[in-house]
Amino acid sequence: MSVGNGSHRAGNRNGKRRPQRYSAFGLFKRGLSRSDWPRVWQERPLKSTYDVVIIGGGVHGLATAYYLAANHGITNVAVLDKGYLGGGGSGRNTAILRSNYLTPEGVRFYDRSLHLYENLASELNFNVMFSQRGHMTLAHNDNSLRTLRWRAEVNKLQGVDSEVIDPAQIKELVPYLDTSTDTRYPILGALYHPPGGIIRHDAVVWGYARAADAHGVHLHQNTEVTGIETADGRVTGVRTTKGDISTPVVVNCTAGWSSLISDMAGVDMPVTTSPLQAAVTEPVKPFLGTVVVSGTLHVYVSQTDRGELVFGASVDPFTSYSMRGSLEFAEGLAGHVLELMPAVSKMRLLRQWAGLCDMTPDYSPIMGPTHVDGFHVDVGWGTYGFKAGPVSGEAMADTVANGRPPEIIAPFGIDRFEMGQLVGEKGAAAVGH
Amino acid sequence: MIQLPCPWCGPRNASEFTHHGEVTPRPDVGTATPEEWRRYLYFRQNANGWVDENWYHTAGCRRFIRVRRHTTSNETEATR
Repeated sequence: MSVGNGSHRAGNRNGKRRPQRYSAFGLFKRGLSRSDWPRVWQERPLKSTYDVVIIGGGVHGLATAYYLAANHGITNVAVLDKGYLGGGGSGRNTAILRSNYLTPEGVRFYDRSLHLYENLASELNFNVMFSQRGHMTLAHNDNSLRTLRWRAEVNKLQGVDSEVIDPAQIKELVPYLDTSTDTRYPILGALYHPPGGIIRHDAVVWGYARAADAHGVHLHQNTEVTGIETADGRVTGVRTTKGDISTPVVVNCTAGWSSLISDMAGVDMPVTTSPLQAAVTEPVKPFLGTVVVSGTLHVYVSQTDRGELVFGASVDPFTSYSMRGSLEFAEGLAGHVLELMPAVSKMRLLRQWAGLCDMTPDYSPIMGPTHVDGFHVDVGWGTYGFKAGPVSGEAMADTVANGRPPEIIAPFGIDRFEMGQLVGEKGAAAVGH
Repeated sequence: MIQLPCPWCGPRNASEFTHHGEVTPRPDVGTATPEEWRRYLYFRQNANGWVDENWYHTAGCRRFIRVRRHTTSNETEATR
């Protein structure tokens, strides 16, 4: 894969100004001159023809656009978003990255993503604030402990750093966890995954947007897709609120709206949409050094660089397109967090929000071509879409450029549902982050 | 919290119920192909609007009920 400075320059034809590289010296110079920073990406007019139209301006859509340009030289690309860039799942997730999945297909895939994330800041010349602080999945009963051991073995076979640790080791890593045996759900062990961590999710979106824009990709915000034109089983164009576009290739990179967009192209989806709620507390001094996840208690906790605790839960217990938070979520969440860490009982919640998750029957994504020629999907990301952003972009760009999905996403094709060949990632993805 | 109109217990909180999803027509047992069965099992309309759904009143009368619900506003109305 050839990316970096060289390809940045190569992507800037037509006399377009290369975006200024960010550096410590540049920051210093800018501080002295007090002049404004240039815009990170440009607003360009909507053209009537593009080689590729990507629907959804989140991490998946922007990464696909970036890798199309950087790896395959395809730059006549538009990314459409009905709101603003990174306003959907990319801005609503809890920014946790990990690769300790249950199936070999899943582990391979998410580990590639983690490696791309590790090099993302230098590749995009944008500080994405990736902090590999370690990731811990707690087990409160024999069944989950057994699944964790299983995951640890699958992970090790795939070369992923992951091991099961006992309560004493857990207490050493996170002293504030209640590891005593007289709790309602005593902690029996944990799957410890040192390369996991948290990242600044907005920065990932902005970094990809800036890099894609530098290659000449058009980013269109506030541009809602109202229809997809097909003729003889082929995609021919996209109708939007800003005008019609003719294009041979459409990539559906939406979350929450993936079945509605696919409907426009006449493609049925094995997807149901449910909200997932998250919340954040007031900032306190650093005390939580790893990401802590409990599947039994439906909660995951991490402390951001600013000191806030970020909490996430499992999806709401019924399907909905509503993005309103609920009191019963906040109540349940607070109870579960206190079960784990009684010491935080005096902390106050600052805000809560919800994002939409497109759940699939096997807790794995749907990626690749569909029966409509030129209509590709990168959807069904459930609660684990953000951590897969870079690898999905890379693989979808490969799919579009070469006309067939690369080996790493071959198990995730939409035909697996009609063939009955599901991937079965529920054991590691149902709650855990 | 949203409330669901249970025909036996009256309006009750949604937390008493288990969501069983939208009503999908069951294929004919005698003639359905494996592909049709899998479509019935996995594929959903997932509409953004009014949807007919099955719910089970787990913490109440323990009967299946059918509810019409708007998937954005979560308004509900009983259908039977």
